[in-house]
Amino acid sequence: MNWRAVGALARKDLWEVRMNKVAWIPAAIVPMVIVVLLPLAFILAPNLFAPSTGTPDPNANVQTLTNLVPSSMVTELHGLNDAQRWVVFSTGFVSAPMLLLLPLMFSSIAGADSFVGERERKTLEALLYTPATDSELFLGKVIASVVPALLLTWMSFVVYAVVVNAAGWNIMQRVWFPTAAWWPLMIWVAPAIATLGMAAAVLISSRVSTFMEAYQLTGTLVVIVLALVVAQATGVLSLSVGVTLLVGAALWAVDAVLVWLGVRLFSRGAVKALA
Amino acid sequence: MDAIQTDALSRRYGNLTAVADVTLTVARGEVFGVLGPNGAGKTTMVRLLNGVLAPSAGSCRVLGLDPARQGSGLRRRTGVLTESPALYERMTARENLRFFGTMYGMPAGKLAARADAMLEAFGLAERADAKVGGFSKGMKQRLALARALLHEPEVLFLDEPTAALDPEAARRVTELIMEFTRQAGRTVFLCTHYLPEAQRLCDRVAVLNRGRLIATGTLAELARTLWHGTWVDVECLVASAPDLLEAVRVVAGVTDARLDGPDGTRLAVQVEGEERIPAVVRAIVERGGQVVRVNAREHTLEDVYFELQGEPAHAQPAVASETSGRGGRR
Repeated sequence: MNWRAVGALARKDLWEVRMNKVAWIPAAIVPMVIVVLLPLAFILAPNLFAPSTGTPDPNANVQTLTNLVPSSMVTELHGLNDAQRWVVFSTGFVSAPMLLLLPLMFSSIAGADSFVGERERKTLEALLYTPATDSELFLGKVIASVVPALLLTWMSFVVYAVVVNAAGWNIMQRVWFPTAAWWPLMIWVAPAIATLGMAAAVLISSRVSTFMEAYQLTGTLVVIVLALVVAQATGVLSLSVGVTLLVGAALWAVDAVLVWLGVRLFSRGAVKALA
Repeated sequence: MDAIQTDALSRRYGNLTAVADVTLTVARGEVFGVLGPNGAGKTTMVRLLNGVLAPSAGSCRVLGLDPARQGSGLRRRTGVLTESPALYERMTARENLRFFGTMYGMPAGKLAARADAMLEAFGLAERADAKVGGFSKGMKQRLALARALLHEPEVLFLDEPTAALDPEAARRVTELIMEFTRQAGRTVFLCTHYLPEAQRLCDRVAVLNRGRLIATGTLAELARTLWHGTWVDVECLVASAPDLLEAVRVVAGVTDARLDGPDGTRLAVQVEGEERIPAVVRAIVERGGQVVRVNAREHTLEDVYFELQGEPAHAQPAVASETSGRGGRR
């Protein structure tokens, strides 16, 4: 494996994604919403919009929602008052799958630009004439898609932790975030989701001819994450540590199949035959 | 050892046959032209010979290596210039060369100096740090040629290198190709449908049509297979005597002779070979003819190409049109 060539290709692809404003502007706005505005809204809104006097009890809805919390999380909510339960439920529980949008979005955007953009800009053929093997080219592009997606996700996670703990300090009176389930979510599931976004971009790149087409098609993967959000919020699925590990394992299995297909599609013969 | 050998090389895309049973050899140091219209299979040949595509049937070897199985090792020793320059337009000229040099496995220390030298040699030093997107087509193609030669390949593949360029830019690129290939003794595989360029650059040519090789050889060899004899134009000071034409026709090796033009001062004589021309001139002089100009017509690559493709290159001259078969073409 020629790691120098792999690194050069990954750096070049990253540089090109940075130059593509269509790619990175949404990638900058969405994290801002998810890791800053959303937790602030969850934590601060109940106090801002609660009636100043009399009934109904402003925490009545909170009690209804927190009743959806599965038994695995009951211990985390044990001993908390309603305001604290709301903070933990909304920002520590419901929002968890929302952060998974970030690795998916980052890697699929970078992947679309890397695989389809290269062909769209008519630079792919020159790359295919270099001594780099199919595996080296594929790996360079995977690194350019997945690694920054993960780094940005983890940076967003740190920002999210700071925002949640700071905004909820008056209510919680302690640093309570992240809870146990977030660690496998970030370390195990986020990389699987990032790989999923990249692999989807590779597969889609073999069927479309422009970055925008690939960008829009990879966007449909959001449905997977939204399904997790809905399942989590309605109590159908609880991303406890055990469930998170299982979801991650399932995603890695899907990734393995998609990457295998992607490698086959990105081989020199296949790329040219499809071009 | 030949630089390139193909044996019944074929490539199909579904039902479409892009290259069919092509067998040819290219010697080391030779500039070899592959001619043919769009869709003849030229680009597919370049891809096959660099291991970017695998053959559907047959085989090929480049520098003794099998491109399909040893492509990576082979591509370290070949350079390719495609029709579109395929450069990263948001990167500078220097960044492009350094990126591709790294991809070709050049050591970092050598790469920086070599990239600067190539930018200088190709007249791009002043724009080395400018983004390629702002370059003219000619500058981009020069940079792409510099990239193809950056790692000092033993075999250079040129796929329509001047097709998208204006005449001035095309000439500059052609001069650079000559300079950087002839001097270094590189083997060149030039695909083009720009025939004057091929005639100027190539030692031998192959003509492709719909993926099939229809002829290969030097221009003279191809002309000999297509036309028998050479037409010679003889111009005299005054109109020729009536019996002059008959005297020329009986010279050994003359196969045809006609007056060319209305004033009787010009003759067109077909001889078996150029060695017969002195005898023709002698016969004219002996009959009192005052010869002022003798010109043996040469076949151009364009003549050969269109003859092979089954189309006339252009309108035939009066004399030529009167002769039969292939011998009549200019």
